[in-house]
Amino acid sequence: MPDSHDLQPTPAGVSTPRDGSTLLLVATRKGAWIFHGNAARTDWMVDGPHFLGHIINHVVLDPRDGNTLLAAAKTGHLGPTIFRSNDMGATWHEARRPPAFATASAGDGGRAVDHTFWLTPCHANEPDAWYAGTSPQGLFRSEDGGDTWKPFSCINDDPTYRTWMGTVQDGTPDGPKLHSVIVDPRDPAHLYVGMSGGGVHETVDGGRSFTPLLKGLEVVEGFDPATPTFHDPHCVRLCPGNPDRLYQQNHCGIYRLDRPGDTWRRIGRNMPPEVGDIGFPMVVHPRDAQTAWVFPMDGQTVWPRTSPNGKPAAYVTRDGGESWHRLDRGLPAEQAWWTVKRQAMCADTCDPVGLYVGTTSGELWMSDVEGGTWTCIARHLPEIYAVEAWTGPAPA
Amino acid sequence: MLAVKVLIPSPLLSYTQARAVEADGATLDALLDDLERRFPGIRFRMVDEQAHLRRHVRFFVNGRQVFELRQALQPHDEVAIVQALSGG
Repeated sequence: MPDSHDLQPTPAGVSTPRDGSTLLLVATRKGAWIFHGNAARTDWMVDGPHFLGHIINHVVLDPRDGNTLLAAAKTGHLGPTIFRSNDMGATWHEARRPPAFATASAGDGGRAVDHTFWLTPCHANEPDAWYAGTSPQGLFRSEDGGDTWKPFSCINDDPTYRTWMGTVQDGTPDGPKLHSVIVDPRDPAHLYVGMSGGGVHETVDGGRSFTPLLKGLEVVEGFDPATPTFHDPHCVRLCPGNPDRLYQQNHCGIYRLDRPGDTWRRIGRNMPPEVGDIGFPMVVHPRDAQTAWVFPMDGQTVWPRTSPNGKPAAYVTRDGGESWHRLDRGLPAEQAWWTVKRQAMCADTCDPVGLYVGTTSGELWMSDVEGGTWTCIARHLPEIYAVEAWTGPAPA
Repeated sequence: MLAVKVLIPSPLLSYTQARAVEADGATLDALLDDLERRFPGIRFRMVDEQAHLRRHVRFFVNGRQVFELRQALQPHDEVAIVQALSGG
């Protein structure tokens, strides 16, 4: 194992970086941590735990103000909520109205939010507006920086969508989820969402109506791909360098979609057959739409969901998925049986791009050369659910 | 108005800052509403949007477990909110 980066404790409340340095927001099964990197990304100071013992599914910094943090939280006992901070975690304030479905009339089988899984800031021209995806599948919006949330009833309560969402028994082991809430940077009314299960869907009218976007996607053998319920997108990403291109890591392979086309192409067929194209995360380059990364897992037989053969590696494509290259230098060479969950791999916006991976075994790995070599930043954290990177503006 | 003693479990101390508080309510539902007025956010951590008690939160009235929000309360009852076992 390589040595860890230098790691120093830092008190909560360190200000948002204004020197081109990078923050990592790490959400885990037992709390949240904030890692403050220097501009060179060689030294990291740890701030945490925040919310020790809480199940934190996502922590996101608002890129529009570079200041507001939202954290999606629950505990083993208590219901879900959202916490907000405007001082980099020195103080947190609970949302006055967390995401919650509409209360159903008696006997109508209304749903209850188990946890908020995904947080996405809305369009740059919609300050203080956020989207949240929940388990079970629900989409919510806040107009006030995450303090109060309202349901998107057009999808949450639509009878057809409710059928497509299936039941809790149809979903992933820790609950069916709405995730990958993507806002087109050119149009705040154009959104994509993913549902596990339920497939990928699009709205072009600000959420008044949604339509499935499933052509070309495969489903588990024996099921009908025309039925959205059977689709399981694990992670969908839009390329900042070309907002007409989407990449997707699905339960059944890796895909690319170029709009205005509507048919996904399984670019995972070009992965080495001995590794396959099953995994959770999907990461895109902040500028080059031909470049994307995945972190494969073992999806054979009983679906161990571990690194294939205990040898973890990222794979990169530099040509839009025509070819893939293994990136494992510095990662354990054997007997590493962890998994990288769908929100636990991300990229920063530096050049070269930094990549960050959080593992189910509580390790935080990074590469400051786009995956060419990997170094462990932290070990012994709880199971990591999500990692988000944010690089502050460089000094003028 | 009823003065009901409510014992608060540790996961909810961030709301009440006290192990025991007094609240009013002729039913458990009303009691939780009163707690919500005084400690905003606390009810939704225990009761979901469909008015179901959350799976790992339990309520005892004078030592007897109750399962319904419509449970009637009497003056000087003692309501204990308990965190049930929920894994490691």
